[in-house]
Amino acid sequence: MDYLVEAFRAAFDLIVALDADLVEIVGLSLRVSLSAVLIAAAIGLPLGAAVALFDFPGRSAVIVTLNALMGLPPVVVGLIVYLFLSRAGPLGVLGLLFTPTAMIVAQVILVLPIVAALARQAIEDLWAEYREQLVSLGAGPLRAIPTLLWDARATLVTALLAGFGRASAEVGAVMIVGGNIDHVTRVMTTTIALETSKGDLALALGLGIVLLLLTFAINGAAEGVRRFARARMA
Amino acid sequence: MTGRLRHLPPTSAGAFADAILPCRFAGVVYEARGKRLIDGLDLEIVAGPRTVILGPNGAGKSLTLRLAHGLIHPTAGRIVWQNRKLDGAGRGPRRQAMVFQKPVLLRRSVAANLDYALAVHRVRGTARSRRRDEALARTGLTAYARQSARTLSGGEQQRLAMARAWALRPQVLFLDEPTASLDPAATHAIEEIVQAMHAEGCKIVMTTHDLGQARRLADEVVFLNRGRVVERGPADRFFERPESQPARDFLAGKLVW
Repeated sequence: MDYLVEAFRAAFDLIVALDADLVEIVGLSLRVSLSAVLIAAAIGLPLGAAVALFDFPGRSAVIVTLNALMGLPPVVVGLIVYLFLSRAGPLGVLGLLFTPTAMIVAQVILVLPIVAALARQAIEDLWAEYREQLVSLGAGPLRAIPTLLWDARATLVTALLAGFGRASAEVGAVMIVGGNIDHVTRVMTTTIALETSKGDLALALGLGIVLLLLTFAINGAAEGVRRFARARMA
Repeated sequence: MTGRLRHLPPTSAGAFADAILPCRFAGVVYEARGKRLIDGLDLEIVAGPRTVILGPNGAGKSLTLRLAHGLIHPTAGRIVWQNRKLDGAGRGPRRQAMVFQKPVLLRRSVAANLDYALAVHRVRGTARSRRRDEALARTGLTAYARQSARTLSGGEQQRLAMARAWALRPQVLFLDEPTASLDPAATHAIEEIVQAMHAEGCKIVMTTHDLGQARRLADEVVFLNRGRVVERGPADRFFERPESQPARDFLAGKLVW
């Protein structure tokens, strides 16, 4: 029991003192995960809206694929990205392996299906309500898509949160493509895994607490935004 | 309705350099899920008189409006506007508008709903704000401009739908039972707007189950049954001396076969 109490005390000391290593790791983690979510949102939201609006051969297969990819195993994604970015791989010339960029790429692949699939569902529901009115006004699909994305914004925040949760909690893919290099690609999850295996529980626990607090803070803020938007839009 | 409708000088909606009427249905058939819902409909909609489409449930009234407005397309037959086959729904600004039984309002403010419609119709700058403010004033909604459209009452929401249609200055306005779920005061307000738009030269084509409303608003009646035109004529004659048995049964409140 003393052992646990001691570990928690050391973890809080690190957080309160704003330990340089801890701050650096948290900063990189946020940079990687938020970049991945932003890129996934830029691609996934219009993609989900387009799948919701357009009828095309193979649409059902696309929907099934998007839904299935929400459960992509991170280590498999990490392995595939590794194969593409390794020196012998087709994108090896870019020299991205073991960089934060490679980690962002891997996380985009993990987050994109979540954002696209949840956006597709939200937009499809709203399109069922709006379709006749928008067509009546003369709004074509290119105008309808941003309209629907904007009007579904309260729901889409949830999709982005789910994506961020996936990215920030993920360890397998970033470990493989980032290499967990100190001061270069070490993020919260990979550090927690490493420090736990080394028996240094203070840093691992400190980062675990920060990760939980960040998750609560971001979800709380998003819920506030969602409530505000809902209240204004009724 | 809070406050009376403001009576402003008429807009220039009455003078159309590029008129889209008449609209002709020629042998139009519409089928869905293996059922023939519109069965060889022949109909001409001409500029001028307010046309009210009557008929029992399932007669094809709403489908007729949706076909004319291009929201659905005929399975067979042709719909021709001013000698042009028009199937351009969703392809840029249109010179017709439609108000539905349940108004569909965007999740934004009252004013933003009008701005959006005007933007789709490529009305920009001061012209947009002028037409928006004018439509709000004419429908008694100026005080609600900044309010979320979804927080309005049912009657106010339908007035906003009318304001949105009015702002677009359509040549033809289709109304699909626009007062079906409204109280008498809200119904009266909508009817006033319809009258005002017609006075400015907008062709009104409307469906309703409210025979009193049909008597108040109709210049001519098209009576449908089973997807076909059974009878058509001036409103006075239709209500006084219906020519067909289905129309007589309908007016007498009997089941129409």
